[in-house]
Amino acid sequence: MTADIRATARTTEPAPPAREFRPARPPRRGRFGVHIFLSAVSLLFLAPLLLAVYASLRPYEETAQHGYFSFPKKLSFDYYREAYTESGMGKYFMNTLIIAVPAVIITLFLAAFVAFAVARINIRGSLALLMFFTAGNLLPPQVLVTPLYVLFLKIDLPWWMSDSMSLYDSYWAVILVNIGFQVGFCVFVLANFMRTLPKEILEAAIVDGAGVWTQFWRITLPLCRPAIAALATLEFTWIYNDFLWALIFISNPDKLPITSSLNNLRGQFFTDYNLLAAGSVLVALPTILVFLLLQRHFIAGLTLGSSKG
Amino acid sequence: MPQKTARRAGRRATARRFTRRDIAVLGVLLGIPVLLDIVIVWGPALASVGLSFTSWDGIGDIHWVGGDNYENLVEDYPAFWPAVRHNLLWIAFLGLVATPFGLFLAVLIDRGVRFSRFYQSVLYMPVVLSLAVVGFMAQLLLGTDQGVVNTILDNRNDPVDWLGDSSINLWMMMLAASWRHTGYVMILYLAGLKSVDPALKEAAAIDGANERQTFFRVTLPTLRPVNVIVGVITVIEALRAFDIVYAVNKGRNGLELLSVLITDNIIGEASRIGFGSAIAVFLLAVSLGFIVTFLVQELRGAREK
Repeated sequence: MTADIRATARTTEPAPPAREFRPARPPRRGRFGVHIFLSAVSLLFLAPLLLAVYASLRPYEETAQHGYFSFPKKLSFDYYREAYTESGMGKYFMNTLIIAVPAVIITLFLAAFVAFAVARINIRGSLALLMFFTAGNLLPPQVLVTPLYVLFLKIDLPWWMSDSMSLYDSYWAVILVNIGFQVGFCVFVLANFMRTLPKEILEAAIVDGAGVWTQFWRITLPLCRPAIAALATLEFTWIYNDFLWALIFISNPDKLPITSSLNNLRGQFFTDYNLLAAGSVLVALPTILVFLLLQRHFIAGLTLGSSKG
Repeated sequence: MPQKTARRAGRRATARRFTRRDIAVLGVLLGIPVLLDIVIVWGPALASVGLSFTSWDGIGDIHWVGGDNYENLVEDYPAFWPAVRHNLLWIAFLGLVATPFGLFLAVLIDRGVRFSRFYQSVLYMPVVLSLAVVGFMAQLLLGTDQGVVNTILDNRNDPVDWLGDSSINLWMMMLAASWRHTGYVMILYLAGLKSVDPALKEAAAIDGANERQTFFRVTLPTLRPVNVIVGVITVIEALRAFDIVYAVNKGRNGLELLSVLITDNIIGEASRIGFGSAIAVFLLAVSLGFIVTFLVQELRGAREK
């Protein structure tokens, strides 16, 4: 994909038409070439997605005979219905919600308090605390997997919390790991954000006798609403897309979240790629919708941690 | 004047000791996340180091074997060095191709072309996709018999096995990973570029610098904090790469990565936990090297503030 992009880059970058405009409109030089280049790159970036949608709308026999890149004779949403009903995707979506919603809320709450402690009140070792969390988030997950697996197997839960009677193979395991792992990133971003808030508001509150909790919950948190919204969008996407944790900590295929269940779908329909395409589009749809609807938040979340770092 | 006294009073109040309730709140709400981070992240990381010196199959007794796992890893495990090489290639590819390309796109869009919002949205759409879905899309595009690329190349008689041929499949995976990485890098640089003071560029222009000189001598150096973050993300993403190759062929046949070897050894049939941990420790050591560099930079930034 990108190889093609590069090739286009080389051919359109010098942009012959742009040179012709040069004497007439010097400040706008290169605009035309830039547009051709950006449209070409955009098209290439969209192509895999569009292709998956296209394939999912066509019967398998047709693409098997003519390939995915052929003119359609028949288009229908049948595969979507089939993917949704026959593979029980509704159930997997539900599993994802059970994991992602509490994980996002608890992560943000805990991270906001740590960030508050690090950035807004003078406690000893706040920098060390920040490093402790930030570095933790950067470790490769595979380094943590084995000891966690062993630990979770050893922790018993009552039957009403987990039908496997242990932390292993329960939603709790995946929720906990996601929280533990993601808190670091949110602390980093929120601490950076809170440093930019005016100190005077907090000082005035302290003069009025506000305790730590009031300073956090009533004074600081409301000011962080944009950052929290941004992180919520981002964290939901990440936890939704998680693949490894669920794969390792859940053994009952019925409990898998939607992304990890894609592998199951593959086993079920290994011959019918078009059905799998429909499944993939369905899996990708929620994050794409979140992205399109909350684009501003999503991007703010990614950049909050960097531009002020 | 009244403002000044208020500020002075505020400073005194900040220095004031916490009440008992404050200490309870701090204790609980800092205690829980710290404990969680120790149990979920740092404890297991340390435990991995410990397990790497044992020969454990996950069920029986744990035997201390010293550095045997590391010796076996380096000398007798055929998949190890290829995996190291693949990970290094992955870092190099993201760092030398995807990251500069993302920067290039950001610079183009930042110049204020029309429809820039549309281009932005399209270019970072892949960032929200799960790598498992990306892996599947790679199959749709690169499949042997009906794959789009082979259809366009029209080589039905002698199709290229983009994902199966171990001499090219890694490159295809790196391209697919770049598809997401480029958009991510572009967002970060776009945000950074917006915060560059335009007066700097004007000053450079007045001094007679052309666009290229202005970019490399003025803009890029002021983007230093973003550069550091992008660098860290690039390396860490490359070291963590897993989902995408696992979704394509479980990371076999030319797609061996360190993360895959770890997973195979500890949750595979063999369940060689000690050995898998040794690989994990190797990965941990490399990652920590980069993480520490990043933190030192952050620390310096925080001190300057």
